[in-house]
Amino acid sequence: MKNLKSKTHAKPRYTKQTIKRVFSYIGRYPFLLTLVVIGILLSAASSIVGTVLLEPAINKFIGPLIGAENPDLSGLITLLLVMGSAYFVGVIGAFMYSRIMVVISTKTMTAIRNELFEKMEKLPIKYFDTHTHGDLMSRYTNDTDTLREMISNGLPQLITSVLTIVGVFIAMVIMSPILTVILVCMLFLMIFIVAKLGSKSGKYFIKQQDSLGKVNGYIEEYIAGQKVVKVFCHEDKVKNNFDEINDTLCVNSTKAHTIANILMPILGNISYLNYAITAIVGGVLTIYGFMSIGAIGSFLVFTRTFSNPIMQLSQQFNAFLVALAGAERIFDMIDQEPEKDEGYVTLVNAVIDDKGNISESDKPTGKWAWKHPHGDGTLTYTELKGDVRFVDATFGYEPDKIVLKNISLYAEPGQKIAFVGSTGAGKTTITNLINRFYDIPDGKIRYDGININKIKKPDLRRSLAMVLQDTHLFSGTVKDNIRYGKLDATDEQIYEAAKVANAHQFISRLPDGYDTYLSADGANLSQGQRQLIAIARAAVANPPVLILDEATSSIDTRTEALIEKGMDALMKGKTVFVIAHRLSTVRNSDAIMVLEHGEIIERGSHEELIKLKGKYYQLYTGMFELS
Amino acid sequence: MLKKLMSFIKGYKKETLLTPLFVTGEVILEVLIPYVMSDIIDVGIKNGDLKRILIAGAIMVTMAIVSLAFGVLAGRFAAVASVGFSRNIRRNLFYKVQDYSFLNIDKFSTSSLITRLTTDVTNVQNSYMMVLRIIFRAPIMLIAASIIAGTINFGLFCIFLSAIPVLAIGLFLIIKFAFPQFNNMLKKYDALNLKVQENLVGIRVVKAYVREDYETEQFKKASDELRRVEAKAEKLIVLNNPLMMLVMYSSIIALIWLGGIDIIAGGMQTGELFSFITYLSQILMSLMMISFIFVMLVLAKASAKRILEIMDEIPDINDDDADENLKVQKGSISFKNVSFKYGENSHNFVLENINIDIKPGETIGIIGGTGSSKSSLVQLIPRLYDISEGELLVDGHSVKEYKIENLRDSVAMVLQKNVLFSGTIKENLLWGNEKATDREIEHAMKVACAYDFVNSFPKGIETDLGQGGVNVSGGQKQRLCIARALLKNPKIMILDDSTSAVDTATDAKIREGLKNNFKDTTVIIIAQRVASVQDADRIIVMDDGKINAIGTNDELMKSNAIYKEIANSQKKGAEE
Repeated sequence: MKNLKSKTHAKPRYTKQTIKRVFSYIGRYPFLLTLVVIGILLSAASSIVGTVLLEPAINKFIGPLIGAENPDLSGLITLLLVMGSAYFVGVIGAFMYSRIMVVISTKTMTAIRNELFEKMEKLPIKYFDTHTHGDLMSRYTNDTDTLREMISNGLPQLITSVLTIVGVFIAMVIMSPILTVILVCMLFLMIFIVAKLGSKSGKYFIKQQDSLGKVNGYIEEYIAGQKVVKVFCHEDKVKNNFDEINDTLCVNSTKAHTIANILMPILGNISYLNYAITAIVGGVLTIYGFMSIGAIGSFLVFTRTFSNPIMQLSQQFNAFLVALAGAERIFDMIDQEPEKDEGYVTLVNAVIDDKGNISESDKPTGKWAWKHPHGDGTLTYTELKGDVRFVDATFGYEPDKIVLKNISLYAEPGQKIAFVGSTGAGKTTITNLINRFYDIPDGKIRYDGININKIKKPDLRRSLAMVLQDTHLFSGTVKDNIRYGKLDATDEQIYEAAKVANAHQFISRLPDGYDTYLSADGANLSQGQRQLIAIARAAVANPPVLILDEATSSIDTRTEALIEKGMDALMKGKTVFVIAHRLSTVRNSDAIMVLEHGEIIERGSHEELIKLKGKYYQLYTGMFELS
Repeated sequence: MLKKLMSFIKGYKKETLLTPLFVTGEVILEVLIPYVMSDIIDVGIKNGDLKRILIAGAIMVTMAIVSLAFGVLAGRFAAVASVGFSRNIRRNLFYKVQDYSFLNIDKFSTSSLITRLTTDVTNVQNSYMMVLRIIFRAPIMLIAASIIAGTINFGLFCIFLSAIPVLAIGLFLIIKFAFPQFNNMLKKYDALNLKVQENLVGIRVVKAYVREDYETEQFKKASDELRRVEAKAEKLIVLNNPLMMLVMYSSIIALIWLGGIDIIAGGMQTGELFSFITYLSQILMSLMMISFIFVMLVLAKASAKRILEIMDEIPDINDDDADENLKVQKGSISFKNVSFKYGENSHNFVLENINIDIKPGETIGIIGGTGSSKSSLVQLIPRLYDISEGELLVDGHSVKEYKIENLRDSVAMVLQKNVLFSGTIKENLLWGNEKATDREIEHAMKVACAYDFVNSFPKGIETDLGQGGVNVSGGQKQRLCIARALLKNPKIMILDDSTSAVDTATDAKIREGLKNNFKDTTVIIIAQRVASVQDADRIIVMDDGKINAIGTNDELMKSNAIYKEIANSQKKGAEE
């Protein structure tokens, strides 16, 4: 919840680079793209050719024959055949390019989406801490949508429009340079108006986005707290406040849309003015014999053909900017520095003989070892035991804000270490350093004697299981969710794990048992039940080190006592780090660390700490608030 | 569906009606301009009549200017009408949700309600804006251009008459086949977004279990699926363009051929032929626009449906039959054979056969395991949910006889999942009683043990809490929530696990304060800790939706197995 206002830039900042980059995606299909350009060329050319042929049709084959007894229509027929073939080629071209464009645009969007997601999965946790879900989500929804729109519709339209404008312009200059001058004047007028109104509309557009953000923020906050609103009968007051900001949005939005709406009729009617003036001047020219009737007719049709793409372009302009801004946000995420992993120590299946010699095996053996390649080309194997040591570790999420100070501790294989302290004391941070969600400088944390920065992250994490306070279940069956801990687990292993977590009973009572479908983050289960499933998920993974971060906070003490047995079984022989609010949970730990402001202020067993009569004693006897 | 959506134009009827009026004016002028133009060519130029050209030209310029004025006005009214439309949707939806009961809110889930009020409204608004301009323009253009073309030369107009149905049927077929594909596409799209959402929320789990590649694989599968369906749907829709070109070009050739023959025979003028070509493009263009509206509607339909679902939901708690003058005076509560289940169609009773009488001023503790329905029990008292069977009386009257506002004003409830809103501490406390004096606020804070820490803040009671009360700790938040509820000066006070983050000493102090300062108030305390309830006059032990036992701490310690078990699990080791 750090950066609640998502940053939306209405305008792109690196237009050139972004356009280049979008094209680099589209450019992956050079053959298809060539076909598209050919198709667009054909369809644009055919419409120009058709209009150009109008003149000879009238002047040569219709005009001279007026009043003729037996008019010779063969010339007209030939001309119409030529015209028809040109048009036909144009239709084929249009058919071809629009179908192929669909292939290109959907493939491009899929490539971008996949790249975005693949990248997202590789980003460090820190990135997710500093961006809201809504902000990141909008890159998959709004931003991809506008970009798709631009690629599949905007781009062909842009090419068509530019081609048509250039082609028609050339044809017009050839037909009548004088009339073209009028056209150019009008063109400048149009550009002037678009620029003027465009900048104004941009200003209101930003204001509108601003108030929209406020309205949506209000909705989010108050709908989330709706039950409190109901309890205090505050509905009317909330309604009034909402009306106020909603009306502000309405005012700003109306301004922005008014300008956007009137742009079209203004441009459209300027083109009619142009049409009228051209007709008058053209008429005068015809009377004095400078032009033919057919020519003025064609020219007038051209005037219309010319103004259409200009209007389309001006309308596309805003959409273009929005799409580019969206593309920029997408690329920004793709360009983020991924989670660094310079580790080279990997986790392998191991065979250990009587003498303690370790060798690698490609089949699961139930034993694991760290495979450690050295600079001199030798390999050493170290058995995975779960020995974790912190040596004078200091850490801050931001360089100037130290969260942990000089932490030194050791957890021998099979020991249970507990962290106690108030919110913000740094308990969770310690566990997040063990699995390298955040990195600290070399040599500060050692795992089985190995500097954890040397261990490949996936291998390190595979050797740890985590149960968090906010259990996240995925949509899928209960079975799928437990299997998440070990993808190749058999059904029996899953039932076994559920039994360990004492979840088997309630799962069996669900409508479809283990095949019950959990939707939307497991909303149809209680918080306590979800935690039990999360514990089962950790149980099926069965690694040597277990991190329980407030894992039982939503389970009442009675149920907790019930699953204690299962938990004991789960923790047996494992190194366990426990963070708990409830002191009854941590009492039987081998060592308890009391943290305050990032420092360990007391450490020892429960009995030792009680005797000490320090902070822990105060906490335990309820003299001090834990929150 | 359309009819329901149309009800949102209320208050903007004038603009909504004026928009088509001015659009009509604009379109008619737009259609007449080529007619005047043909006059320039056929009469003016042919006869070398400069005066005629100038007059016709002047008429055209005037028409363009008037049309411009109409167009600008139409644009303005369309903006007002469409923005007003979305303003109303937001407002009505927000109001509607305010009327929802807890059950209604549970049904949709908070996150879904938020998406509907934000993203879906934006979708519908955008579509409406596009549609509002086109929906009148296109048909009027179609009709006006047809009429004029028909008057100029009915024979040639027959070409239009045959072209229009060809295009219309073509477009109709495209939409008909594309429709299901689009619906299919939207579903795949939702599935993809769900995947992203889940990964955002659960990124720590994904990383902790090293499932990045697995998730990426799953995403790629879903995204490929989407691509397949999307390509199918789009490939159909893009047929619009070549089809339109085909019909238009064929008609132009037919026009020149038949028109040419007519001109040669002396029946028609050259200028008229050019006007005809303009009319042709106008008519066919408007058909294209109409088909475009349909596509927009398909895309907006899903969102509109989700919005209307909110509007159609009937709030299941109302107080229409309540007695306005009835107020809670003493604070006695009695449950008589009360059973409760969430929703009528739910099979399982959450509470079964609850019987208990609570006297005014009594302090009641409730304890029990997760899922024993402690919260459900107390939420029935202020009618946050309605009982399914039996009778629930407050001061001898059924809770349904009270106006909800009167009832909830007297029954203060501190929820388990409590929320403070952005604003200052004072603003939040005033929720309890808008007219509370500073002294009353101070008093409430003292009882809730919030006074000291609030005053330790540099800005004291004017401290800004930030969204969701992020600037205070969990325990402080809970105490502020209690103070807020106390300001109601309630007859019945319910604390639903409201001191879980508060240390036991402060917890005891709060209970002590309640006892001394709110003597006549009936207090119900739900707690995880035995220590929080052991001093209560009576303790209810809940188990699996039923009352397992009622008694004092001493009685229960002697006779009740569950109570003893809970107490022991918490006391073990404390005496060491």
